[in-house]
Amino acid sequence: MSGDYAIDVHGLVKRFGSKTAVAGVDIQMPRGEVWGFLGPNGSGKTTTIRMICGLLRVSEGTGQCLGYDIQHDAPRIRELTGYMTQKFSFWTDMTIRENLEFVARLYRLPHLHQTVDETLETLGLTHRQHQLSGALSGGWKQRLALAAVTMHDPKLLLLDEPTAGVDPQARRDFWDEIHHLSLLGMTVLVSTHYMDEAERCDRIVYLAHGEKIIEGRVPDVIDRSGLLTFRGEGEGVRRLADAIKDEPGVEHVAYFGSALHVSGKDRAAIQVALDKHQAQDVSWSEVRTSLEDAFIALSAEAGEDKRVHA
Amino acid sequence: MNGLLRSFGRIWAVFMKETVQIRRDRLTFAVMFGIPIIQLILFGYAINMNPKHLPAALLVEEQTPIVRTMVHSLRTSDYYDFVMQTDDPRKTGDLLARGEVAFVVSVPAGFTRKLVRGEHPQILIEADATDPSAASGAVAFAQTILTDALRHDLKGPLANLTGGPPPFDLVVHQMYNPEAKTSYNIVPGLLGVILTMTLVMMTAIAMTRESEQGTIENLLAMPVKPIEVMLGKILPYVAVGAGQTVLILLAAQVLFDVPFIGSMWILFLGVSVFVLANLALGFTFSTIARTQMQAMQLTFFFFLPSILLSGFMFPFRGMPEWAQTIGEVLPLTHFLRIVRGVMLKDTSLAQLQSPILALCLFTAVAVSVAMLRYRRTLD
Repeated sequence: MSGDYAIDVHGLVKRFGSKTAVAGVDIQMPRGEVWGFLGPNGSGKTTTIRMICGLLRVSEGTGQCLGYDIQHDAPRIRELTGYMTQKFSFWTDMTIRENLEFVARLYRLPHLHQTVDETLETLGLTHRQHQLSGALSGGWKQRLALAAVTMHDPKLLLLDEPTAGVDPQARRDFWDEIHHLSLLGMTVLVSTHYMDEAERCDRIVYLAHGEKIIEGRVPDVIDRSGLLTFRGEGEGVRRLADAIKDEPGVEHVAYFGSALHVSGKDRAAIQVALDKHQAQDVSWSEVRTSLEDAFIALSAEAGEDKRVHA
Repeated sequence: MNGLLRSFGRIWAVFMKETVQIRRDRLTFAVMFGIPIIQLILFGYAINMNPKHLPAALLVEEQTPIVRTMVHSLRTSDYYDFVMQTDDPRKTGDLLARGEVAFVVSVPAGFTRKLVRGEHPQILIEADATDPSAASGAVAFAQTILTDALRHDLKGPLANLTGGPPPFDLVVHQMYNPEAKTSYNIVPGLLGVILTMTLVMMTAIAMTRESEQGTIENLLAMPVKPIEVMLGKILPYVAVGAGQTVLILLAAQVLFDVPFIGSMWILFLGVSVFVLANLALGFTFSTIARTQMQAMQLTFFFFLPSILLSGFMFPFRGMPEWAQTIGEVLPLTHFLRIVRGVMLKDTSLAQLQSPILALCLFTAVAVSVAMLRYRRTLD
């Protein structure tokens, strides 16, 4: 059964002392897909990824990664997995080329020089190969890291917030690369805070307080939130936000650029609220609920953090 | 005035921040208060510049009341601990070479008869002068001790022997270092000290650097085994150790004229095992310390006893029993026996068996601890 899944884990729990970071997460991820891993800071995304690739011991639960037991076959999983850490963790006092050569040697890749040459070529860093990797900008560091963790042609790619702090163009390029790798047959699990990135995934998993809140395709997740959203535009919209927020039936109010989104589950109640706070220069229209609206609502539903803190 | 007050306010802010951080780092706290007390007690009681109770062997070829008196006086003088008494010269043969005793005192056959006849017979003290300061006290006082002892026995018809010069001839052989040059002892010892300091320090930061810079996460995510990481990390320093050894041996020869009478191959073997022992220890430190700073502190607190309790600066046999026991745990203690033995005494491999085995054992234990302590996960 697990042969079809790249990741197949049940009831993963991770405790650090008396603090529970992950409180029972199930993931069944088929091979070949690109999945997004979402959730607020501290929701357990990084911890879950680290348990999957054997970097952290599992406190409870079982699972397989690429058909290997995550508790006992970590060395085999490391051979077949590429894990890109949240913080750039290549050697900044080594050149770009030296870093790639080190990785290539560890994985015993054949034709070392040729492989590294090709990787540099694809990266577009051939002319900068002798610079220290620490001298690269944030975006380039991430691309170097991605190239380094995919050099051994892993079956599964685990990317932990690979685009945090990266400019929009570089983010776009990075995602083109992820889809390219996916077409080559890699399974990709990527954690992110960006909704536009989440929308590029086949499926998303949303964690909060160490628990899986929801999982599904983006439209399904939005539908399941059951939210209706109205968008208000115009000069005076800012003055309305605070007042509307407290109306019954309004679940949340958020700015999207200069516009205001008002979401709730009860259409009539929202209409009443909006009519009550009419302003001449503000026009309202119903829009498709965004993923972000859905998540804000989901987080609110998930309620207080139930994990025990020391 | 106002500016000055504001400045004091900022100094206070930095002071408070520093205090908070110092308190948070438990190891540094221990370093500042706990360890100095331990060292004070340890070194204060252990170090003895005028060593007594040095192990000695006694070769007596005749037993007469006069000889017994003389031997008794040496024994009660606190300087000599006779661990062996024999009348067979073959038994005392290589005791000095193996470093088991610091002196061999020989009273030849016919000594008493010649003494009574006023022929000034010889008493021979062979001293291991590879450590000149260890030998000097016992040798310096031997003449007085023996002369005083005889004064009581030489009575009646023999009283005429007491007045003038001593009735016997004390001959002292400063073995291996006839001119009692301190540099013969210090320079080979420095080889061990320098290797200890640099190699332990360099490998002690090996893993902590990866932890501090976050690269450990990457290393752990890749398929490399702990023992592979360890070997890969310490092997470059074997070359460093080899380079340092060559440099120091050249300096010993050219600058200090220290003799090298033993086998280069035995020394090579000794240095190799010693270098590995230090590198393994350094790597072990780097699996225990959480920051590079802590690693340096651990190195430092290993280095001090290494210098003070190994016999490098102060005579090993002059320390109390418990301090010698601590000394036996330190790799430098064993290496000093090897390097001084080979360079100054032409000690054979068989005679150096125990220090070499001790270094191997130390290495094995250090590697085992390192492998147990090595973090295979980020937990």
